[in-house]
Parts: sequence; C-alpha cells; structure tokens
Amino acid sequence: MPLFRLLALVAGLVLLVVAPMTQATYGTYVLCSWLIFAIAAMGLNLTLGYAGQISLAQASFMGIGAYATALITMAGIHWIVSVFAGMGLCFVIGLVLGYPALRVQHHFLAFITLAFSTLVFLVMRNEEWLTGGIYGLVGIPRPAFGPISTMNQRSYYYFTLVVFLIAFAGFYWIVRSPWGRAFKALRENPVRANSLGVDTRLITLLAFAIGAAYGGLSGALMSPLVQYIDPMSFTLIISLKILLMVVVGGSGYLFGPLLGAGLVVMLPEFLRFAESYYLMIYAGLVMILMVYCPTGLIGLVDKTVNAFRSKRVERGDLKQGAQL
Amino acid sequence: MIRKLALAAILAAGLGATQATAETIKLGNVAELSGSGATVGKAWTDAITMGVEEINAAGGVLGKQIELSTYDSQTDAQTSRALVQKAIDDGAFMILGTVYSGSTIVNMLVTQQQGIPQIVGSEAPAITQKGNPYIFRSSFGAHKSMPKIADYLKNGLGISKVAVSWVNNEFGKGGHDAFVKEVTDRGIEVVADVSSEVAQADFAADVAKLKGSGAEAIFVYLHEEESARILRELRKQGVEVPIVGESTLLNQKVVELAGEAANGIMGHVGLTVDAPNPEIQAFGKAFSEKFGYKADHNAMKGYVAIYAAKTALERAGELDRQKVADTLHSMTVKVSDVPNILLDVSWDETGEVSRESFLVEIQDGKSVVKDTLPAN
Amino acid sequence: MSEFMQVLISGLATGSIYALAAIGFTLLWQASQTINFAQGEFVMLPAFFVLIGMHVLGLGLIPAIALALVTSVVLLGLLFKRVIIQPMLPHGVLPIVMATIALAILMREMVKEFYSAEAQPFPSMFSETTFKVLGATVSYQDVGNLVVSAVAIVALQLFLGRTRTGRCMQATAQNPAVAEILGVNIQRMVLYTFMINAALATIASVLISPIYLAKFSIGEPIGLVAFLAAIVGGFNQVRGALVGGLLIGVIDNMSAAYLSSEYRIAGPMILLIVIILLRPQGLLGTSEGRTV
Repeated sequence: MPLFRLLALVAGLVLLVVAPMTQATYGTYVLCSWLIFAIAAMGLNLTLGYAGQISLAQASFMGIGAYATALITMAGIHWIVSVFAGMGLCFVIGLVLGYPALRVQHHFLAFITLAFSTLVFLVMRNEEWLTGGIYGLVGIPRPAFGPISTMNQRSYYYFTLVVFLIAFAGFYWIVRSPWGRAFKALRENPVRANSLGVDTRLITLLAFAIGAAYGGLSGALMSPLVQYIDPMSFTLIISLKILLMVVVGGSGYLFGPLLGAGLVVMLPEFLRFAESYYLMIYAGLVMILMVYCPTGLIGLVDKTVNAFRSKRVERGDLKQGAQL
Repeated sequence: MIRKLALAAILAAGLGATQATAETIKLGNVAELSGSGATVGKAWTDAITMGVEEINAAGGVLGKQIELSTYDSQTDAQTSRALVQKAIDDGAFMILGTVYSGSTIVNMLVTQQQGIPQIVGSEAPAITQKGNPYIFRSSFGAHKSMPKIADYLKNGLGISKVAVSWVNNEFGKGGHDAFVKEVTDRGIEVVADVSSEVAQADFAADVAKLKGSGAEAIFVYLHEEESARILRELRKQGVEVPIVGESTLLNQKVVELAGEAANGIMGHVGLTVDAPNPEIQAFGKAFSEKFGYKADHNAMKGYVAIYAAKTALERAGELDRQKVADTLHSMTVKVSDVPNILLDVSWDETGEVSRESFLVEIQDGKSVVKDTLPAN
Repeated sequence: MSEFMQVLISGLATGSIYALAAIGFTLLWQASQTINFAQGEFVMLPAFFVLIGMHVLGLGLIPAIALALVTSVVLLGLLFKRVIIQPMLPHGVLPIVMATIALAILMREMVKEFYSAEAQPFPSMFSETTFKVLGATVSYQDVGNLVVSAVAIVALQLFLGRTRTGRCMQATAQNPAVAEILGVNIQRMVLYTFMINAALATIASVLISPIYLAKFSIGEPIGLVAFLAAIVGGFNQVRGALVGGLLIGVIDNMSAAYLSSEYRIAGPMILLIVIILLRPQGLLGTSEGRTV
C-alpha cells in the first residue's frame, strides 16, 4: 500500500474517532445513521458493483435484521446473539431468493427482489402478533458489553464505528480474496469468467447472499439506535435510497458506497438553504452525474486525478488498444 | 481524502447550530412539508406561522418574542425523529408537530427522554396511552371521537349492522380499532371490515364488498383523496345506505374532489371553520385572506397548538419546561379569556384534549353544522 | 355472482389503462434497453398539462388534451431521449435506472411545487352514467376507457406490423446491427419509440385521472403496476403487456375481494414470482435471443 494511501486511511480513521466530539446529540445521531447505511450500501455494492446484479430489497434485509434484533434483544438475550441470528437469516433468505432468480436470466433478480420487498413489508405490517403491526416495536434496548453501556449517543456511535470497521475489514478481505477476484472477473466478462472455470452462478448467488447479510447487520445496528422500528422504515423507497448511495458514490469501488451513503444521509443538511427545492436540486444533481459520469463520484475523482497525472506520465504502451 | 472532505462538511453543518439567546423563546415545528403528508403539514405549519406572527405583533409571550423554526419531516418517521432531536439541539423550548401519527409515535420518545413538552396534531389513540408525560394533542384522539359517532349511529340512525372501510396505517388502524370497540359495545354488529392501502386508487372491490355485506350504514375512515375516490365509487355502484365518517371524510377537500358524490354524507368533526362560532369564523377569514386557501381542520389544529403553547407559557409564568408540562396537564382555556383558542378546551393528565365538537352533513357541496355535541 | 362480475369488470376497466402504461414500458425496453423508472410519472404529468391548458390558458377539454399530447411527445419523448437517455446508452442499464429514478423525483417535486401538492379533480371525457351488466354496475366511463385503450393498442399493432416505419422499428428492436446494415436509421426509430411511449402515457393519463384524481404522487403506484404488467405479460411483446395489464387489474381486485384486503398487493406480487419461476419470458413473451 502506498504511503499516501496509508496516511489518508489513518487520517480518515482519526476523523471518524474525533467527529462525534464536535457534535451535539443530533449530529452524532446523523453520523450513526451514516455508518449504518454505509454498511447496508457496502453489502449492496458487493451484489451490484462486484457481481453486477440489481437488488431492490436491501432495505427489506435491513428490516429482517432489525426485527430479528428487536425481538431477540427484547426477550432479554444479548445483542451479539441477535446480530448473528439476523445476518444468518438474511444470508439464508438471500440464497433461497437468489437461486431461482439467477437460474433464469440476468435482470430477474431485480424483479424478484422487488416483489420480495413488498411481501416483507406486508408481513411486517399485517402480522401484528409477531411484529407489532403498523405500530411497530418500541423500547428496543441498547446493548451493554460488561461495564460499557451504549445508552449514551456518543458511546453508541463508537459501538457502531467498531462494528462498521469490522464490517469494512470483512468486505476488504472478501474483495481481495480469490472470491473477490472471481466477482470482478464475473462483472467484467461473465463468458470469459465461466470459461476460466469460475462457477458464475454460485459466485453471484454468494455475492447476493453476503450482501443481504450486510443488510441484516445494518438493521441490527439500526433498531437499538432508533429504539423503535416500524414497517415504513423498510419499504421499497428505502431500498432505492440505498441503491442510490451505491451508484452515486461509485459502485464497484471500495469507498464509493461510504461516500454515497454520506451524501444521501447528509444532503438534506447541505441543501437546507434551498428549502422546498432541495429534492429537485438533489434529483437534478443525480441526473447530471449519471449523464456525465455514470461511474459515480469516486469515478469522477478518478477521472480528475488521472487527467492531472497523465500530464506527467505518458506511457502509450499501457493504454487500451495501444499498438506496439 | 474524499472521506476527509465529507467529514469536514459534516462538521461544518453541525457547527451551524445557533445558540439560544435569552431574548427569544424558541419553538420547533416539525411537520410534513414534503412526501405524502405535504398538504396536511402545510396547513398545520401555515396556521402556526400565522399564530406566531399575531403573538409577536401583540408583544410576544412573557415579554419575549417567539422564534419559530420549522423542520421538514418528509412524512418519514425516522427523519422526524432525527429532526425533533435537531430542534432540541437548536434550543427549542417546546416542540410542535408532527401531524402524522406514524411519525409522532416515533419522535415523541425523544421529547419524553429529554423532558420537552410537545403538542401534536395526531389522532392515533396510542399516543396518549403510553404514559408519556410530555405529549399533548391539539385535536381529539380517535378514542374520544369514536364514541360520539357510535352514539350517533345507534341513536341518531338506529342501525344494528355497520360496514367499515379504513386505511391500513397508524392513523386508520387506531381509528378502526377504536370504532369497532365503541360500536360493538353498543350492540352494533360490524358486518364488513375492509382495509385499504395509502394512495390506493381503485376502490371497486372494496365497495363491492361493503355493498354486499348488508350493512345499514357504512363508516369511512380514510385520508382525503382516498375518501373522495371511495365516495365516487360508492355512488357509482349505487350504494343507498348512509355514509358516515370522521373529520377527514367531511373535509372541504374531499367535498371538492368527490363532487356530487359527497352530498348527503354525515359525520363527526372535531374542528371545522364552518362552525357558527364567531372566533372560528374570524380565524377562517384571516387564514384564507393570508394564504389564499380555506383553512381545514389541520390548520385549526396548528392554530390551537400554538395558542395552547402560548397560554401554557403565560400560566406557568417562567421558562421551565417541567412547569409548562405540568400546567398543560390540567389546563382549561376559555374562549372568553383567549379568543384564539377557538373553543373552550381542557387537557387531562394524559395530554388528551376535550371540547365541544360538531355533527356535520354535506349538502350541495357545503358542510352544514347540524348539531353541536357536548365535550366527553 | 353480481359481486364477482363487479370485481371482474372493474378490474378489466382499470387493467386496460395499466396496459397502456405497460406497453410504453416494453417499447422503451425493446428499442433501447431502457428500464424507465419514471414511467408512472410519465402518466401522472400529462394530466397537469391538460389542467394548465384548461385553467391557465382557458382551453376546452379536447384542445387542452391535444396540447398536452404535443407537449408530452416533445418533453417526455424527444427531450427525454435526447438529453437523458442518449448520453447514457453506452454505459448500460444501471445509470439509466438511477437517472430515471431521479427524474421521477424531479417531476413529482416540480408538480408539487409549481402546481399544487393537493389532488385535483379532473374532467372525464365520458359520462359517469351507469347501467347494469349481469348485476354489475358499469359506467360509460369504464366502457369509454376500455374502448380508447383497445383502439390505441390496435392502432399501435397495425402501425408496427403494416407500415414501413413500424417494421423498421421492429427490426431495430430485434437486431439493431442488422437493421443498420439494411439502411434503417436506428436513432430515428428509437426516437419514434420514445415519442409513441409519451403519447400512450398521455392517453393513459387522460383516462385514469378522472378516477384516480390528478396528484403529484400518483405516479408511484402506476409505475409499479406498469412494471409488473410488463414482466408478467412478457417484456418483449406489445400483446404481452396488454394481457399483463388486464391480468394485474383483475387479480388486484380479486385478491382484495376474496383473498384479504390487507394482503391485497401480495396477489400481483406472487403472480410475478410464479411467472418468473415458471415462464421467465412472460406469458406471451418469446425468449429473447440476446442477453442484455
């Protein structure tokens, strides 16, 4: 790893640690929800950016994780148990959902997940005996680790940060492992990946299921944060919001979704001056970005950086399609 | 690098929060200014803005001007929760809003934890039944209005079988449960129980079910547009039995959208600008002159909320949140003392409100107050 | 029995309008692999063009509809294709999906901000007088909607099958490379498709708004239904979208009446899943030769 990048990483980490100290409760709460959505976006990035599949149900997986956590912790069992239960459940559902969809055709996972997200919402709303129905569940406890309680907003932020860093490390490991390279090969050229002996269907399915488990993890952090969950927080619109985070940030890039999540969560703050026009400005910006730089913000940064660099280093032989 | 930039921006945004000055009293209004509840939140906010301007022009409260900050909940419960926290961080002494029950149920946890009085326009019964000592309504909870309707069905119309059409969200579910309980207690049988979705457009199947149930009256508890749609479909399928509703069904907007199909519907209304009271008439006139549209019950809820806040502050006599909450808990305000409160009103120890209300019928596209019902 | 007939006929009447939205959806997909997430908003918006024509410009209903048709074809057809879709085509499906989601938000917010956040009554071209068929109440409006949708769809089929331009469009959809070699101006054909989509959306808008009311937020459920209808019927067939639209209309009503009103939308969703598992190309679709 180049020194510059290492320094940037350390600086970023320091900022993450320092950030809440400058903030009131609201600011810390927003930071928490950024980290939580970033985890969900990370998972979707695996599905979308690395395996090339559109999932419209990431919020549903968040919901499954959140309800599992709520029900288990409210029964007096520790959060640690609930988070594994939630992630496991999402992983299994991901496999069950993805298998038939991927059996048939490329874009059908999007359609299946669309239907699935509606069904999950209906179950959450209608099965009152289990989920509390439309009123949701109130009074979800925040976890304690020995003497360390997370009741205080700032301590909950640090708890979220630790989980986030573990999740990020896991993600990093996955995409750097032979698996991750298989994901990438698959996205770049599925036919060639197949001919090189990559079981494309299995790899895609795993990417989707792991992505779903990340969704479950973010849900498991969400319910103790808000201490209240209801079905409206996990609808299709929220799934689209997470999708937006990934694409706007830059799908297929390690840091893209983190940036995208930050932008989507914080944007209402930045655009507060615009008052009721803010959604219009937001939508306009997304459209412009997609038209001029479909690889998202990170892609935009890459482009800019390369534009500067190429002035110094000009090696024609490395360019695509170069004639030697 | 990018993360650094993003974080720098976050920090800058957070530091923008201003400090409360002793010169003003800050009130935070969290309302539905965008999303599906935009109309409701706008009426509520406009009325509050008008109230604040009036109060400030008349010298403010406790010798201080009111400084109102409005936050857009986007009709989203999670956002509203975050914004209530933001309003408190910004130094709000009290919180007004939200109107949608789904949002209120979430964000009232924040004000409860931090001991901030909050006046809401939501009607789900659950809100005042959770033992939250800082929550107050400016309109009836459904469990207060439903007994009045059930009495009317039994004594006024003399029916024994009723069909219910309700919207399946916090608002509709709360109203539905309260209604079913009240009518069942009075020996009226619920012969059809049809839920529908928010923003549902096609009510053909719902109406076919209601019609086929043999009900002697149909009770409709939906939001405005859905009410208009079902009324048209009820007329189209030739339903003859009385159609009865609560505030929203008799809203001017519904009448306007449903056209002739709205004629003849009856119902109970907690607040209406068509009431014969001079204070309400004056408010209705001032509001439509200022904003160019007719005030509805949501606007009246907002107006009552801001004047309830003002009166409570004056009676508490100092800027002490606990004291203001305690004052509100047993507060009775008479129109003769505070004309802008619109109707004589009292709050009980749960934050529930009680006052007179009205029995309204739609005749030739106008709502006509048939009867004034006593407070319960 | 009369209840069943009522539910069936109402389902067909709304289903025929869904079909119009769904057909436009499949046309765009065939012509340029565009999944238009703003399709519902394309149906929402023309109603407001009509209202502006009537209330601001003082036109009668029919001239206002004509004006709305022209405006939609220019804005939602020509401009949409040229400004938004065209630059993104080389980048694949995903940027288009995101851009159309953003476009949907933009259109919704603009209507809300510059026209009104409230639902608006919308005049009907047909009488609301009713008559009885096998115990079910049917209005002339229902019949009118069915007839107009049917005429629009038949006209489209004839255009695509019988005219030179129509056949060129089909050739473009089936194999753009070959079509180009044969001298078809592909870009122009794709543009025609976008304009036809806008016209169909306008018709759907005019038919649906008297019942649904004109409101900024109405596009979302319509778009979802159009999407479902297109997949169920077959993504690459006009007839498929028609059948899909009608089927979704009927199943939605049937599940509300006989399954459970609380699980109403589950009916169409389960149908979608079953179709994808058993017949992924859709009921009337043919399996696509090329993968996308």
